[in-house]
Amino acid sequence: MPTISPDRLAQVFVEIADTLVEDFDLFEFFNLVTSRTAELADVAAVGLLLVDHHGHLQFMAASTEEARLLELFQVQTEEGPCQDAFHSGTPTVNADLTTADDRWPEFAPRAVAAGYRSVHAIPLRLRTNVIGALNLFGADTGRLDPTDVKIIQGLADVATIALLQERTIQRVEALTEQLQSALNSRVVIEQAKGVVAQLHNVDVTEAFELLRSYARSNRLRLLDVAQAVVTAPATFPDLVPG
Amino acid sequence: MNSPVGHVRALIAAEQIDGRDPATAEGFLRCLCAAAVRAVPASGAALNVLVGDGSFGLWIDGGAGSKVITELQVTLGEGPSVDAHATRRPVFEPSLGDSGVTRWPVFAAGAMDLGVRAVFAFPLQVGAARLGVLELHRTAPGSLTDDQLRVALTFAQVGVSRLLGSTEDLDGSGTDGFEAANADQAVLHQAQGMAMVQLGVSLGEASLRLRAHAYATGRRLTEVARDLVERRIINLDGEGAQSPDEDLDEDLA
Repeated sequence: MPTISPDRLAQVFVEIADTLVEDFDLFEFFNLVTSRTAELADVAAVGLLLVDHHGHLQFMAASTEEARLLELFQVQTEEGPCQDAFHSGTPTVNADLTTADDRWPEFAPRAVAAGYRSVHAIPLRLRTNVIGALNLFGADTGRLDPTDVKIIQGLADVATIALLQERTIQRVEALTEQLQSALNSRVVIEQAKGVVAQLHNVDVTEAFELLRSYARSNRLRLLDVAQAVVTAPATFPDLVPG
Repeated sequence: MNSPVGHVRALIAAEQIDGRDPATAEGFLRCLCAAAVRAVPASGAALNVLVGDGSFGLWIDGGAGSKVITELQVTLGEGPSVDAHATRRPVFEPSLGDSGVTRWPVFAAGAMDLGVRAVFAFPLQVGAARLGVLELHRTAPGSLTDDQLRVALTFAQVGVSRLLGSTEDLDGSGTDGFEAANADQAVLHQAQGMAMVQLGVSLGEASLRLRAHAYATGRRLTEVARDLVERRIINLDGEGAQSPDEDLDEDLA
């Protein structure tokens, strides 16, 4: 029985279409995709990873940036649902992490210890390229309904197109240029987290929330705020906790 | 040594000749350009390094007059390296004679006079820290294949690592924070931001000081980074202040 509500899905697609405008904010977009996927699929958390020039998956964004969750994305360098989805180009669905130790000896026990019981990964595809994955974590055991898997694949495909900001890729170079830019942008965000953590004596997770709130309140792109915070930290007196 | 980075480092080491000593920063970068030309392959390569006021300073020529083509861009204020630096993303122009003319009318004409038909510029950067640009030239038009792009990006990555003070063994046998696992990468970048604020220096300088601290205390860069982020080290200031890579500073002076 599919979980995803058609009405809610229609609303999400409209939301996504609305973000594909001139002031496109890549990281807010990733946040939208991961948050909405989590809500539609009724799972605890969703993360988005992109591939680098070595073929390694790198964390880009998640529905929640808790440290223990981020580690679960980062531990999947050699094995895990994202590796499987990335290499096969097809969804990886796992209903019960407690029986997955043989399949993923490093990843499965850590995911269970973090409180998750099911995991799924949907590849981010552009024609013959797989450029990353959406990683879903559930607090309960249970498969994703096949119809839901198709819908989430559709969302993932839309996210991929948005990343490349072109309906058709005119130039072969566009994909690499865009991926490299996105990967470097994530680094800027990590550096900005460090700057804010140091300036305001908070941990890096709270630093991220401060950056996001500031960007939203001032209608700025998260990346632009991060960039400016790292370049000129003293010019953000309003960026304070509380 | 099977890793792509280790392989590239070995290629760079193999370019050592009289007058080009990879133990110095400038020598290493010259070997890097020469190795990139052979490996990608390309007809020429140039690597420029930003100096303190944010302008392109040190020019490394990979041969075949490549330096002239990148210097032309500084004179004109236009070109693929100028764009790559400004936009913080790679800029690839496989067809200088067609789309290249639209993008950079004066530069394209000048570069084509010098025989160049395709240019690929890779910003050398770690997040907001911009260090320079690696530029590859070809005398025939056409895109780089996926494999060639991977190789070129790895050369750029090794260039960044060297510019951030890595005096990694040329056979790649030591540990280098920039080849660390995913989880360590995020912590390393957060630590760069924290150190930048603590020390009141640029991001690039903060990265050098993190490395210097690790070097001076005999610890791995990623351990120092994690200690800083998790507040086991409160402040880097005054600890291990000397950079191990003074010759780069001298080259830029």
